Amino acid sequence: MIYVNLEKELNAVNGKMLLQVDFTLQPGDFLSIHGQSGAGKTSIFRMMAGVMATSIGYVEVSGTIWLDTKQKRSLKPQDRRIGYVFQEPALFPNMTVRKNLEYALEKGQDPAIIDRLLAIMELGDLYKQFPEVLSGGQKQRVALARALVRQPEVLLLDEPFSALDDAMRSKLQDHVLAVHQEFQLTTLMITHDISESIKMSNRVMILDNGKITKEGNPIDVFSEKKLSGKFQFTGQVLEIKKEGFLYLILILIGTNIVKIVAEEDDIKNLDIGDKILVASKAFNPIIHKISDK
Amino acid sequence: MDWTPLFITFKLALITTGILMLIGVPLAYWLSHTTWRSKPIFETLVSMPLVLPPTVLGFYMLIAFSPNGALGSWLIETIGLKLVFSFEGLVLASVIYSLPFMVHPIQSGFSNLPPSLSEASYLLGKSKVETIFKVLIPNIKPSLISGIVLAFAHTIGEFGVVLMIGGNIPGKTQVASIAIYEEVELLNYDAANFYALVLFVLSFGILLSVYLINGGHLKGILR
Repeated sequence: MIYVNLEKELNAVNGKMLLQVDFTLQPGDFLSIHGQSGAGKTSIFRMMAGVMATSIGYVEVSGTIWLDTKQKRSLKPQDRRIGYVFQEPALFPNMTVRKNLEYALEKGQDPAIIDRLLAIMELGDLYKQFPEVLSGGQKQRVALARALVRQPEVLLLDEPFSALDDAMRSKLQDHVLAVHQEFQLTTLMITHDISESIKMSNRVMILDNGKITKEGNPIDVFSEKKLSGKFQFTGQVLEIKKEGFLYLILILIGTNIVKIVAEEDDIKNLDIGDKILVASKAFNPIIHKISDK
Repeated sequence: MDWTPLFITFKLALITTGILMLIGVPLAYWLSHTTWRSKPIFETLVSMPLVLPPTVLGFYMLIAFSPNGALGSWLIETIGLKLVFSFEGLVLASVIYSLPFMVHPIQSGFSNLPPSLSEASYLLGKSKVETIFKVLIPNIKPSLISGIVLAFAHTIGEFGVVLMIGGNIPGKTQVASIAIYEEVELLNYDAANFYALVLFVLSFGILLSVYLINGGHLKGILR
């Protein structure tokens, strides 16, 4: 079990903001954290990792107390068994891919883990390269592999895919899911992408102005329990056109543009740029195979 | 031709640069990371030699370490260290005088590294010291080399401070820059020209290497 209770006054864009969060995670949970920039998401991670001071806080991971401000107890970041992947990969430029991973080995640790991680992350051919020649996706894979060398119980991912294109992003999501299961991790991920949350996590938390405003199963949280769709996508409204008595909405879902017919009631609250959920029920979709694995 | 002044110059520059590396790297790291309120005072002190006439520093050192003064006589009596008109005195003066040339490039090197590098290292379980030596210093190599080269070159170019504290004792404290002055006074232009030319060529070479490093022209070599 992981208990996290943190409180700290942060300097946000619009003056001071009190970050106050309290949550519990089961081993094996995959929690996505959503929220606007400046809502305090990264600060939660930094306080959990011990690289940012907390005013009041309690963090316990599998029975070990990492932080307890009441007892004036705080483990150094070095002693918290945590895998942390930053928004930027933060690879050491002076070391090759392999050396970056080897650097993370603990004294006396079996180096076999390095080859295993290189294989899982499909980095086998790149081990001799220096970070500067790698692509964004490759760098993040190295960063993820490096974070797992010490075999932490908790993995913190701070928008690790934000700078990647869709194909790369999807591949890396699969890698993360693979290691999440293989290493039996409890993973916390900051993201802005609702489809990413639905694909990867079993729990989601929405942070607004330093407080948790919604928490639960991703589908429930994002659909607000109003719909029970057979399938659903999230997308962004690109255009709303009037066609006779009806309206035609152009929606960007992933990289596809989808046209949907809507009634006046449907578009009343819609503006261009809004994020919406497109769900369908009561009919059976056609399934057509596009390509093999 | 008497090579002794050139020899003393290089010995001084080498020893000074060596000592400055030991002092400069920790000092630069501290200045780039400290959150102390008194940091500007220390930064000012480090930078003072850039603007202070060398004679001011030399004058105060002369007063402080004079065998007639309290500190000077104490140093001579307890550890037998005479800092006035001696090579040791030259080294101390040069260290202080070239300090900003070593500290500034290294400090900006440390400051320009993204904080996520050291945080990533801590989160991989590595101590501060290990992080500094294995992650931070190897990634500021160009700054480190700039600092070393500039401190070395600046020590070679010193005049006022070494004249004040070292005097002009041939074979002991007479460095090349002072030798040039003396040869000119004696109308010995050939000898002056010899020392001057050596210093000119050398300084050109040293500074050229700094610009090559900073311009990334030697990147492959510095890996």
